[in-house]
Amino acid sequence: MAKLTIEELRRIRDEAKRSRTLREGEGKARITVHMGTCGIASGAREVMNALLGAIDEHGIQDVLVTTSGCAGLCSHEPMATVEYRDTPPVKYAKLTPESIVRVLLEHADKGAIVREHALAIGSEKMS
Amino acid sequence: MKELALHILDIAENSLRAGASRIDIEIVEDPAEDTVRVAITDDGRGMDEETLKKALDPFFTTKDVRKVGMGLSLLRQAARRTGGDLRVQSRPGEGTAVTAEFVRSHIDRQPLGDMASTITAVLLQNPAIELRYHHAIGADGFTFDTSQVRSVLDGVPLSDPEVLQFIGNLIRERQQLT
Repeated sequence: MAKLTIEELRRIRDEAKRSRTLREGEGKARITVHMGTCGIASGAREVMNALLGAIDEHGIQDVLVTTSGCAGLCSHEPMATVEYRDTPPVKYAKLTPESIVRVLLEHADKGAIVREHALAIGSEKMS
Repeated sequence: MKELALHILDIAENSLRAGASRIDIEIVEDPAEDTVRVAITDDGRGMDEETLKKALDPFFTTKDVRKVGMGLSLLRQAARRTGGDLRVQSRPGEGTAVTAEFVRSHIDRQPLGDMASTITAVLLQNPAIELRYHHAIGADGFTFDTSQVRSVLDGVPLSDPEVLQFIGNLIRERQQLT
């Protein structure tokens, strides 16, 4: 672990200023982690930690991370929504620290929907 | 909720949604009195008397996506389980203070948990927030204040991944020393 000193914080600041040009603009994707009471109780904070860790580890510059509240589907939490470029948003359900990293690397970074973790694909069946 | 830190994140979310620009989180553990007091104070839009009365009702919420609002009532239940209680003070336009008191040695008292992740999750959501976090156990304690790092950062947002990691590690390290 790097030393927790003011010098270290200054180094981070200077590096962030240098790389900021890369981060400016829209970014190619946005991941919104749902952080309502239901999300937090079912592990959203750990999902968020894993997501930020993986963004740092893989040096991904153009994926934005935000949070939102409860979406009203509490039993499916932890959930996240991925908006990739101009494609419709996709909601992912029952996420884990492992599956959110897959969603990041495959969908947010490369545009390929991770079907088995998506909340719903296709239309309902009539019976 | 498995940790007090998760309750605190949940209550801080309310503060953010109430448009707070300052959040103060204070945890005071008193081994002699056998208490843990958790206080989350914000300068958000606050609640009128009517709303305040309903705030602890799990079947009340100001949101329209669902009919229940569990955050505050869950924290009250957690406090009462240990023999403690919860108090909410609020004034429209001034802010809200939520104080939960726990019996420290009670078997049902949740561990404090990962406060570093709770603080960084709040900062990610609103990098412009002024946040003060204080944790004391008896005579020992430490304070983290966003103004400490902001003065060094010179405009670099607190939501920068490396900055968040730095802050998380800082809080983790100080927590161990406490």
